[in-house]
Amino acid sequence: MTDQTSGSLLRLANPAVFNRLADRLIGPCAVLTTLLFIWGLYGAFFVAPPDYQQGETIRIMFIHVPSAWMAMFVYAGMSLSALGTLIWRHPMADVALKCAAPLGAGFTLLCLVTGSLWGKPMWGTWWEWDARMTSVLVMFLIYIGVIALQQAIEEPNRAARAVAILTLVGAVNLPIIKFSVDWWSTLHQPASVFRLDGPTIHGSMLGPLFIMGIAFLLLYITLLMLFMRAEVMNRRAERLELLAAEAD
Amino acid sequence: MTAFPSLRLVASGLAVRRGPRFLFRGLDVTLAPGQVMQLTGPNGSGKSTLLRLLAGFSPPDAGMVKLEGAGEEATGSFLHYFGHREGLRPALTARENLAFLAGLLGGDEARIPEALGKLGVARLIDLPVRVLSEGQRRRVALARLLVIDRPVWLLDEPLASLDVEAVATVSALVGEHAGAGGSALVATHQPLAATNATLDLAGRREAAA
Amino acid sequence: MSAVSAVLARDLRLARRAGAGASLGLMFFLVLIAIVPFAIGADQKLISRLAPALLWIAALLATLLGLDRLFQADEEDGALDQFLLSGGSLTLLVLAKALAHWLVTGLPLSLAAPVLGLMLAIEPQAMLPLALSLLVGTPALTLIGLVGAALTVSLNRGGLLLSLLVVPTAIPTLIFGVAVAKAAAEGRDFAMPLTVLCGTTLFALAISPLAAALALRQARG
Repeated sequence: MTDQTSGSLLRLANPAVFNRLADRLIGPCAVLTTLLFIWGLYGAFFVAPPDYQQGETIRIMFIHVPSAWMAMFVYAGMSLSALGTLIWRHPMADVALKCAAPLGAGFTLLCLVTGSLWGKPMWGTWWEWDARMTSVLVMFLIYIGVIALQQAIEEPNRAARAVAILTLVGAVNLPIIKFSVDWWSTLHQPASVFRLDGPTIHGSMLGPLFIMGIAFLLLYITLLMLFMRAEVMNRRAERLELLAAEAD
Repeated sequence: MTAFPSLRLVASGLAVRRGPRFLFRGLDVTLAPGQVMQLTGPNGSGKSTLLRLLAGFSPPDAGMVKLEGAGEEATGSFLHYFGHREGLRPALTARENLAFLAGLLGGDEARIPEALGKLGVARLIDLPVRVLSEGQRRRVALARLLVIDRPVWLLDEPLASLDVEAVATVSALVGEHAGAGGSALVATHQPLAATNATLDLAGRREAAA
Repeated sequence: MSAVSAVLARDLRLARRAGAGASLGLMFFLVLIAIVPFAIGADQKLISRLAPALLWIAALLATLLGLDRLFQADEEDGALDQFLLSGGSLTLLVLAKALAHWLVTGLPLSLAAPVLGLMLAIEPQAMLPLALSLLVGTPALTLIGLVGAALTVSLNRGGLLLSLLVVPTAIPTLIFGVAVAKAAAEGRDFAMPLTVLCGTTLFALAISPLAAALALRQARG
């Protein structure tokens, strides 16, 4: 019914190739990430002017907005990995998905926390059921679900496929959830609330914001490679242990 | 029993990998009409895995399985799979369970009493499966082979928990089935009278590269 | 088609045989509603205002209850193997199970909602729209839950995890379901949320059985 000889060859070859590549790239990426963060944060704190309405608190935006971008970006990447697992049964796709989920959840949490810190002076409360924040919260719950399912299923292949399906179901539903939350928010909220993205972003803010965005992206790539390399080695160690146990 | 269309179950180059090793690799199996093949091998050699794979429940890591002569129809609709888990619900009676399976798999409900009779459990027909003994439950479950006509039987330890008399009955049923042009692959350690071919999985394990 | 009706008939019979099958979900619904005044006080106005939301949340919880066993029982006794040998589409069999589940949970809840609405002092003109919203929306809850049930089929204590997976996806249904009842209570037109609610149910109907069947197949690798 299925012929997967070529698939199983790929399966053996790729993780090793990936690890060699990761060994070479992680160092330079880490250095570049650090430099970009220094540049971006300097721009955010010393170059960009305070907002005429929000004053110095606007600087939270330089963390908040890139983490919101990353929350979405990571999930998009996870959805692609999920397709890789289900359609091509590619082993690295599963490793990528497994390692990306906690990172995505981390960015989402960072977005929520900075949003809350920002909201306190703006709204006067730590949490406002504003449409954007609520959508991000739901996204965080979906991330948590993916991680929880991953951890609950012990057999790695089963876990990989179940998590891939869940990720795709989440991807299909996210736009619908976003639409409903936006609609719900117009129903319940007075329109006068401060929007976190702010109506205007001053030109001199865009530069540092962009650099912070790149820095976040590189941070993600570096951490992902680090996690994936560890996961590949972990799996190899488990295999060797099993072989050793059999030899006894 | 009705005559079956001539079907050959052909599997070639099968490989199944479990972690660091292959349970088997490059395994070819052909099950022709009239054949009763006994599948043997020590525990953990992959007998159940092979049967589930042939039933189409999970894909092999390499190789392919096809049912020659089945045409366009789904392979699954020509197979019986009988495993450790019998597919009986404790809350339903023997009759209700078999009627459900007949509906699901396309069998004839009217044959239930006769099938149970052949297996010597006719009087249990309206008892909930929950109250039956292990051996009685196995017999009720085996009755579905007779209620639903399917040419290829994949049986995983069908003789477990059966007494001597029942073992003889099942052997005879498998023989009759083969006589009518059906085929069976039976994983069991007990001698099966109808056997006319064997497949041994012992010593096929090898470490993966 | 006979395979589909066989699954439907068996699941309904099992629900009946388990005695409380249908009524247990209903009792759970009733208990949830009954504890509301203890939690928020016997403030008639407040309860009345919250009623649509409370009934919808109770419906969501009652639907989740027992969903974790939906496929697990079939997996444990080997029936799922037989599903795969039916020669038909697993998606349709999965859909039959969903229909059986809805007939013994969602449907009775929707029918009982007006009575419970009375206890929660819901506006009379909102009574029927509320029941209608549940009737249209609870199938979506069952269908969404179906995917969670399929994903957690191999887990022994999958109930909590299932809720974690299912609830975020059920948010749109909840939003538009409650919106129908609220709009009706306030005398506004509820055609728009009702239409969207139908849309979410149809969408779940299109996606969920496929996803659940895929998950069940993958779970047997």
